[in-house]
Amino acid sequence: MSSHPEKASAFLTDEPRAHWHDQSVWFVRVKRDRQAKMIPEWEQLRETAAGIKSHTISRMAEYLEEFEKNATANGIHVHWARDAAEHNEIVYRILADHAVTRLVKSKSMLTEECDMNPYLEERGIEVVDTDLGERIMQFLHQPPSHIVMPAIHLKREEIGELFHIKLGTTKGASDPNYLTEAARGHLREKFLAAQAGLTGVNFAIAETGGVVVCTNEGNADMGTSLPPLHIACMGVEKIIPGTHELGVFLRLLARSATGQPVTTYTSHFHGPVRDGEMHVVIVDNGRSAILNSKEHRRILSCIRCAACANTCPVYRRSGGYSYDYTIPGPIGSLLAPLRDLRKYSTLPYACSLCSSCTDVCPVKIDLHHELYTMRQEVVKQGILPLHKRIAMAAMRWVMSVPWAYRMAGKLMRWLVPRLPRALVYSKLNTWGRQRELPPMPKKSFRELLKEERS
Amino acid sequence: MSSRDSILRDLRRNAPTLSPLPTVPAGVEYDDPQRQFEEVFTSVGGRCVHVPDAAALKAQVASLDVYANARTIASLVDAIDSRNLDPATIADPHQLADVDVAVLPAEFRVAENGAVWIPGSALGPNRAVFVIAQYLVIVLNASEIVSNMHQAYERVQIERPGFGLFLSGPSKTADIEQSLVIGAHGARSCTLFLVGSP
Repeated sequence: MSSHPEKASAFLTDEPRAHWHDQSVWFVRVKRDRQAKMIPEWEQLRETAAGIKSHTISRMAEYLEEFEKNATANGIHVHWARDAAEHNEIVYRILADHAVTRLVKSKSMLTEECDMNPYLEERGIEVVDTDLGERIMQFLHQPPSHIVMPAIHLKREEIGELFHIKLGTTKGASDPNYLTEAARGHLREKFLAAQAGLTGVNFAIAETGGVVVCTNEGNADMGTSLPPLHIACMGVEKIIPGTHELGVFLRLLARSATGQPVTTYTSHFHGPVRDGEMHVVIVDNGRSAILNSKEHRRILSCIRCAACANTCPVYRRSGGYSYDYTIPGPIGSLLAPLRDLRKYSTLPYACSLCSSCTDVCPVKIDLHHELYTMRQEVVKQGILPLHKRIAMAAMRWVMSVPWAYRMAGKLMRWLVPRLPRALVYSKLNTWGRQRELPPMPKKSFRELLKEERS
Repeated sequence: MSSRDSILRDLRRNAPTLSPLPTVPAGVEYDDPQRQFEEVFTSVGGRCVHVPDAAALKAQVASLDVYANARTIASLVDAIDSRNLDPATIADPHQLADVDVAVLPAEFRVAENGAVWIPGSALGPNRAVFVIAQYLVIVLNASEIVSNMHQAYERVQIERPGFGLFLSGPSKTADIEQSLVIGAHGARSCTLFLVGSP
């Protein structure tokens, strides 16, 4: 079992750093707000995006078939993978068929979800992540801590030290311009030497049979226009009906994700490079099961902008690794328990139900409601920790028996101020670890009301 | 049963009742779309240059530092000369590795987000040219402008099979402590020449 509170408290031991993390992530939320306010029809746009996603989710099979037909007509090879293992096998088979030993990759959370890199590396393929943040994380043999800004938790000095070791940059140098330039040179060699490029997919268009990939760095474009082989991997939920719908999502995505009007490159791939091959791998890996859940199917609308994480007071103060899942933040707190409720049972509680995530979500997923619903699943499955179960049972009894409720209140008001501090703030009172209890009132509300009326 | 069929079966079986496809709302219109475009394009690190005609274009491009100092230029715009390389006759995109400047035509621009649409067919035989070049010069008729992305997709002709992109300024990254760095993997600068009157 993975425990969010435990991992979060580890993150919080370095207080200045935790504060810095909070501020840097919040900065992105502020940029997002600025962009959103510049579009007068922003709310209507979110509403439309939510509607398009609901529609698409209600006929996903039809749109995927349409996509397959049109993509095939464009000369793209379409593959289907039931789960992560099949996805990895398909990608490996394509690479092996072309005798590829050097692969460049641009950002794809799906391949992270499928644990693809180690699978390919074990089979003798060099996999190079080419997004700067992802390359940094790959050098460190660690997963991204944020889905849009993979190395947001690292300081420039740490990256400088890493690049000194890996790329031979000057010791002690930490200027982002200098470090980026070093990575540019290093990755250009990798791009030029690559035999294949792999990308994720932001949107797959049924109407035209192509996929759209958005980046600022241009790494997806370098990786797919130099080598002759392009493999694009997508979850089934990336499908959208047509280019008119695409326009809606492109207006929302970059503004919500990084507070930019649009990404530098919004590339529409409708076929391979000259004399090349293009493959699209469509992956289910549990998504059709989420579709079956009336409570949670809306999370298939997610366009992975991370606005929910950027605004989340818990994410900002606990860091991406506290979630222990490929996708951290509020959306991950839903996706992870849907994959394994027992393992990720603490994630739905990594939430203050403040609803800020729901307010910024470009496709209007009611994240905080869903997190609340997910807590009920945890309780129903009986996997709440023992102390919480006992506390809940006691609370339920007290709240439903009037005399017990009155007695308990009286007892607390009399007893708590007389107890030694060590007992009140004992290990059992987890709430009191970082907070003081409020002073006990002299009288209950019921007593005050009685006096008022007499 | 193949994975394809079982995935499609499950997606059908688990699908909720049909929810209608909403119509796309009309997007924001600008009183002065030219100014809006230029503001956004500049804010993302690009630069706009206005020229009255092809002759002025040629002279202005030639006076650009990046163009004047370039060893290798790949131009796909008729009025502008290539240098030490002819992008139209190159067989292997790796031969573009040393291109200093790429000069590319765009079809139209979008005021709301400072993007220009470049169809794949405008990039010659190797589309890599737009991202591998150290510096970009884009040429566009000033009058070709739409206000927002909805109007943009009314205009875009998706080439099938093929490629096309919206490009907005030079390549950039903020992956190190969110410091904006221009010139990640693609162009280090992006100069847009707007030809004629808007």
